[in-house]
Amino acid sequence: MAKAFKFELVSPERLLVSEEVESVVIPGAEGEMTVMAEHAPVMTTIKPGVVTVKPASGNIQRFVVFGGFADILPSGCTLLAESAVAVEDIDRAEIARRIQEAREDIADAKDDASRTKAEQFLHQLTTLEGAILPA
Amino acid sequence: MPSLKDLRNRIASVKATQKITKAMQMVAAAKLRRAQEAAEAARPYSERMGAVLANITQAVGGGGDAPALMTGTGKDDVHLLVVCTAERGLCGGFNSQIARLARDHIRKLLSAGKQVKIICVGKKGYDILRRDYASLIIDRVDLREVRTLSFVNADAIAKKVIGLFNDGQFDVCTLFYSNFKSVISQIPTAQQIIPAAAVEGAGEASNGAAVYEYEPEPGEILSDLIPRNIAVQIFRALLENAAGEMGAKMSAMDNATRNAGDMINRLSITYNRQRQAQITKELIEIISGAEAL
Repeated sequence: MAKAFKFELVSPERLLVSEEVESVVIPGAEGEMTVMAEHAPVMTTIKPGVVTVKPASGNIQRFVVFGGFADILPSGCTLLAESAVAVEDIDRAEIARRIQEAREDIADAKDDASRTKAEQFLHQLTTLEGAILPA
Repeated sequence: MPSLKDLRNRIASVKATQKITKAMQMVAAAKLRRAQEAAEAARPYSERMGAVLANITQAVGGGGDAPALMTGTGKDDVHLLVVCTAERGLCGGFNSQIARLARDHIRKLLSAGKQVKIICVGKKGYDILRRDYASLIIDRVDLREVRTLSFVNADAIAKKVIGLFNDGQFDVCTLFYSNFKSVISQIPTAQQIIPAAAVEGAGEASNGAAVYEYEPEPGEILSDLIPRNIAVQIFRALLENAAGEMGAKMSAMDNATRNAGDMINRLSITYNRQRQAQITKELIEIISGAEAL
């Protein structure tokens, strides 16, 4: 039994999770990472993806997050998500809407740097759509 | 002297008004609870955001790579005011208080020779400021259709503001809203969001002992964080406003209900007195008629 630590998932609207967990998988900007107790302090931005929470007791919970960042300390982990929804509640239309927006961003992009960024974002979104919504 | 029938009609109409204000008060009370809950639920996010921001600014140490949104353009010639008010009236002095604060601010800036631009969030503030400063208003955001405020609304406003900043349209951005202190007290507040007024408590980052690893580089995270922080500040302001509006509306409607009650009392006394006078008059007529026979 792994040591438990405090994990909090916060979206601007509310506090979604605040409990003792065994491990959390975070879609970091530079790759997925699993956080367990006594993790070295890291601060990372996150990309759209799925956060998997394994609580000390109870079932695994999965949340879809759209961007944000994580603040990891040996004693706990705080995930500030721009928006977070439980996987069961995710709305297909919502993702489709975001993808649409991302497409528009690409069309509107003025220079190469912002276009690359928007394209990356779109790619992440489509990957996410594929991962959680078996068509 | 109004006739008995007139008085009766007046009383009936004031009673109807009282019923309406009473209903509005109850609706406001219910909405206030929800708005308060929303404001409360949003608090952890902005608190943690503040803590993270404090940590990271310490790490970056105000170095040259801090984004412009934080350090500003180095000038303060053009000011952008984001004035957040309610969409509806009938809430006492709530909207005019915010507008007055904004107006004082504008006057001060203008007399100091600065250029002022205004973005109005909410219809009422636009209506008030339009009278004096119509030429300064560059944009307005309508939230009338929005039933429950969500972060997306705030984010849209933040994007607009940041877009203007990146185009060099202004140097300093100040947010006007009403701070919800309690149901009966809302304090109009001006808060500077660009450049970020020195993050409170930056010096005493609680877990300062921890040496963070950053992924990607601190500067990059910061440039992602700052726009988000602006959105969060705006979101918080909107939520505070929503709660404040409902609080103000509740007490305004409570007053209105009580006033209507007083009015009904006064009218009923007049009504009863007049009715009695008429009865007495009729009696006198009958009696003196009988005596004359």
